[in-house]
Amino acid sequence: MRQDYLEIRGLRVSFDGFVAVDGVDLTVLQGDLRFLIGPNGAGKTTLVDAVTGLAAASGSAKFDGTELLGQKEHQIARAGVGRTFQTASVFEQLTVLQNLDIAAGSQRRRRSLLRARATVPDSVQLAMETTGLTTLRDRPAAELSHGQKQWLEIGMLLVQNATVLFLDEPVAGMSAEEREQTGELLRRVRRDHVVVVVEHDMEFLRAYADSVTVLAAGKVLAEGTYAQVQADPRVQEIYLGPGSRGPGHQAVH
Amino acid sequence: MSGRFGSRAVVLGGYLLAAVVLFGAAPALLSDFRLRLLAQFLCVAMVAVGIGLAWGSGGMLTLGQGVFFGLGAYIMAMHLQLSDAGPGGRPAFMVTGSGLPWWWELFRNPVTAVLGIVGVPALLALLLGLGVFRRRVKGAYFAILSQASAAAFALLLISQQNTIGGSNGLSNFRQFFGFALSDPVNRRMLYFIAAGVLIAMVAVVHQLRRSRYGELLTAVRDGEERVRFLGYDPALIKVFAYVVAAVFAAIGGALFVPIVGIISPNNVGVVPSIGFLIGVAVGGRATLLGPVLGSLAVSYAGSTLSENFESVWIYLQGLLFVLVVAFLPGGIGSLGGVLRGRRRRPGGVVGEGIGHGPPGPPLVDDAGPERAPADARGGGA
Ligand SMILES: Nc1ncnc2c1ncn2[C@@H]1O[C@H](COP(=O)(O)OP(=O)(O)O)[C@@H](O)[C@H]1O
Ligand SMILES: [Mg+2]
Repeated sequence: MRQDYLEIRGLRVSFDGFVAVDGVDLTVLQGDLRFLIGPNGAGKTTLVDAVTGLAAASGSAKFDGTELLGQKEHQIARAGVGRTFQTASVFEQLTVLQNLDIAAGSQRRRRSLLRARATVPDSVQLAMETTGLTTLRDRPAAELSHGQKQWLEIGMLLVQNATVLFLDEPVAGMSAEEREQTGELLRRVRRDHVVVVVEHDMEFLRAYADSVTVLAAGKVLAEGTYAQVQADPRVQEIYLGPGSRGPGHQAVH
Repeated sequence: MSGRFGSRAVVLGGYLLAAVVLFGAAPALLSDFRLRLLAQFLCVAMVAVGIGLAWGSGGMLTLGQGVFFGLGAYIMAMHLQLSDAGPGGRPAFMVTGSGLPWWWELFRNPVTAVLGIVGVPALLALLLGLGVFRRRVKGAYFAILSQASAAAFALLLISQQNTIGGSNGLSNFRQFFGFALSDPVNRRMLYFIAAGVLIAMVAVVHQLRRSRYGELLTAVRDGEERVRFLGYDPALIKVFAYVVAAVFAAIGGALFVPIVGIISPNNVGVVPSIGFLIGVAVGGRATLLGPVLGSLAVSYAGSTLSENFESVWIYLQGLLFVLVVAFLPGGIGSLGGVLRGRRRRPGGVVGEGIGHGPPGPPLVDDAGPERAPADARGGGA
């Protein structure tokens, strides 16, 4: 089986002279559930913005041999790179089914858009099952719980046929039970996707991360398994301050 | 939304009822004068149906529909004047000696006139829409821009005294595609045409709203950025609704001309453009029938009141608009939903909505995510 991967080289984003992402190299393989961590303002969201076309950047970000930088948002999405936002951004006035159907439809022929949906597309059905939203099919997204909205977002990425998934803090504000379900969902998804999860929560990280990249002040500080990263004194320093021994398991912000 | 519970029978019944009222009851009960007035209201309602699609479903606050209404109306008026003048003739108001402009000549032929009524506004809306939406101009900026275009259009018309009648506009039409306008039977036929066209327009919007395109348009209204990240180009989605609204407005304008007998810059500027919108806001812009019913009601109220208090109506109209936007942003069409929401709240189903006013779509399309890069890149192309 072919293995997809995302390759970022020398990525740099600056806002009016302030460098938010400063020469980041990052390679993520399919099947590897990668977590991107770092203190607030480290540049995690900006990195995702740059790769998905929302922030202008220099350097290179390639997926499947295609250069992503410089393309428009919808072209990058069509190239197979999808993302969620830090604040859930589903279409509140539309139902779960409608949300997923739209996500699945960017390649539909123009003419077919003028007709109503006759049947539920297979990919949408599958995504509802994967994310556990089948019973909520006809509910407006506005009525979903916070966790359910995040799952709907992930479901939208799945039907969108994205191969690279960027999830920006998907479990923030979730209950313990919802976190666990999300973690299991990510495990299922990682098999055939390149998944990058931006996350703060150490507990969640420890339970589900295959590998971790630590970002600080726009630079990659460390990379490796959870254990390796945890043992790195520089990582301990930014998370717990100088002189501390061993990171705790509380959520760090 | 309304179609979700409505079975086919209810929908068909609705159209049947409209047909019975417009084709049976109204012509039987109304005097010729009242019927002509109703026909005029139907033309205005055509503009409203288009606004309902662009603004209600698509979030584009189209404050300048007078431009498209005017284009359709003036093209029709030019054609009628030329056909009154006979082959090779020229309209009576033009100063003798000056040549007939080439763009008048274009619309001498009835086929090119009809094509022009649809095609010219459609093309303008396409170019304008692509230019504006590609640059991600939206919300209040779009509204101001479209209003300015109506103001500019009216000024342009006023400045062209000898070629397009200036502030007097064009009037005194004698026939409509060969039918004498003095004949009451032909005037009645015009009413039937307007009624049929309006029903057809509502049916078109109905189908668009229940189609995948309609869902997509609503998604763009509520989260344009999000749609972009799903692989769509929102500019194309918006421009389609904008073009449909423009064509509907132009057809309304074109039928307005033989029915009312005059078109002047007063019918196309800023004030009438806002007037088109008020009925939509009052009736409920995001519903299927709100715009058309609201528009008819406001037109009726306007003509009844201004028969007696000409100057009061314009203020009253403004007040009505402010009241609706402030207290019932979804319009009267959303009243059912608001009341239902109130009743449901004690049970806590609505949860987050509490205290945020009546539910409903945002007044204009969203301003993007919290960190939308409304920066230099947008203006590039
Ligand atoms: N649009 C912007 N304009 C200016 N500065 C920005 C912008 N977006 C992010 N930044 C700055 O870039 C840095 C990185 O932000 P961000 O990527 O959101 O951090 P993280 O997601 O890791 O918490 C922060 O200092 C932030 O203030
Ligand atoms: Mg962030």
